[in-house]
Amino acid sequence: MADKIPILRIENMTKWYGDKEVLKDASLSINKGELKVLIGPSGGGKSTFLQCINFLVKPDRGRLWLDGREIVRARKKEIYEYRQKVGMIFQDFNLFDHLTALHNVRIALVRVKGMSKGEARDRAILELDRVGLKSYMHQYPAELSGGQKQRVSIARALAMDPEIMLLDEPTSALDPELISEVLDVIRDVRSDGMTMIMSTHQIGFASEMADEFVFLENGSIVETGPPEKILYKAQYARTREFCSKITELYGNSF
Amino acid sequence: MEEFFFLQPEVVSALVKGFYVSVKLIVPSAIFGFIIGVVVGALMVYGNAFAMAIASGYVLIFRGFPLVVQLFIWYFGLPYIGIYLSPFVAAVLGFSLCSGAYQSEYVRGAFLSVKTGQTMAAQALGFSKIKMVLFITLPQAFRRALPGCGNEIIYLIKYSSLAYMITCIELTGEGKIIASDSFRYTETFMVIGAIYLLMTSVAAWLLHRLEYRLQLPGFEQYS
Ligand SMILES: Nc1ncnc2c1ncn2[C@@H]1O[C@H](COP(=O)(O)OP(=O)(O)O)[C@@H](O)[C@H]1O
Ligand SMILES: [Mg+2]
Repeated sequence: MADKIPILRIENMTKWYGDKEVLKDASLSINKGELKVLIGPSGGGKSTFLQCINFLVKPDRGRLWLDGREIVRARKKEIYEYRQKVGMIFQDFNLFDHLTALHNVRIALVRVKGMSKGEARDRAILELDRVGLKSYMHQYPAELSGGQKQRVSIARALAMDPEIMLLDEPTSALDPELISEVLDVIRDVRSDGMTMIMSTHQIGFASEMADEFVFLENGSIVETGPPEKILYKAQYARTREFCSKITELYGNSF
Repeated sequence: MEEFFFLQPEVVSALVKGFYVSVKLIVPSAIFGFIIGVVVGALMVYGNAFAMAIASGYVLIFRGFPLVVQLFIWYFGLPYIGIYLSPFVAAVLGFSLCSGAYQSEYVRGAFLSVKTGQTMAAQALGFSKIKMVLFITLPQAFRRALPGCGNEIIYLIKYSSLAYMITCIELTGEGKIIASDSFRYTETFMVIGAIYLLMTSVAAWLLHRLEYRLQLPGFEQYS
């Protein structure tokens, strides 16, 4: 099927910190419109993996293809272009502190994409409206709640028209009552067909939305499969152990 | 007319002339010094190993040599290799390079205080390193560096008085002439000192205004 060509393919991604191998030969391939969820204990390498995927962290080994084209890390310009196509959502939002919500969304459109300021502004307002924050566009990050900041950061990523989005525990830094507003936005984006790789502990939400769970522990992908299989019929004891703990903590699914 | 010595036209005009020369030394030196400080500070934080080595070497030398010695080199030394600078140009060059070395340390500290999440977010959006510095980290670092850089500009106002050592007659130089012509050393230098105090006060006020204007929610450490 034509729509089953992997949009992103990663092979044997490896990262060492000192003499510790924090990511071991991680391979993953994702089709257009799919959502893959990385689960696993803290320190397992989820953030490292996601950051290696857009080269925010330099992997020591591994190859990567977007739309069948290999991305060569040595070519800086290619990396800058590749990153525009890969939206990234961080656990602690990382909005630009000196810019209003509107300018946070607009700045890369103007400075990276070279859009005119007016056009970029219109687009930014559209995206802020999409995440329900149009009326907050003149607020600075310090004036927004955590949930609002994360929604602005999603608008900022969406404005770039990414082909795929990487979300690194997007709700982990939020107070419990703010989690659902962010999950609602992610659900919307997902239903618009966005391809995503997300790490999360929100197991209920994830199993309802994901095509596949990827269990990552000590830097290795232990096992991969549909949510119900990983959660209830996992092959490895380590996966089962983690999943029973996480479902207990973060609520039911199915 | 003893008590109105400082109202005598020739004394007033000498002081005014010196004051103008001082201002003409200070303003460009502060601006160039700040620009050098930003560039060197940025290189020390974001440059490659080579750029970092050059930047650190520059700071080491220009903070390490006494300023008077630097001025002597620019004014008396360069002619030996065929470069002749006017006293004014030599002074501005010396002040800018020296001030830039100090400014760069404040700027470097300010760049380092920008959270890594800011640069990660910029890179993730496809910013090149130089655009990231220009549009994301510099605007933040600038706000944090202002108090330190302002302090350096206050120093600059005072060490600009060294220009008379290389025959650039600014306020202190004029004062010295007035004093030795009239033997009124104490009064003359009291008046000169008061004029410097006025300049530093105005500069401090302007810098505060600037800090206030640049204040943003989340950057309130300055009031
Ligand atoms: N910059 C770094 N320097 C050294 N070790 C790091 C660094 N970043 C992460 N690590 C280590 O790599 C491992 C994986 O971390 P991380 O990818 O953050 O895991 P997760 O996101 O699954 O919690 C951890 O042991 C962590 O301590
Ligand atoms: Mg993490």
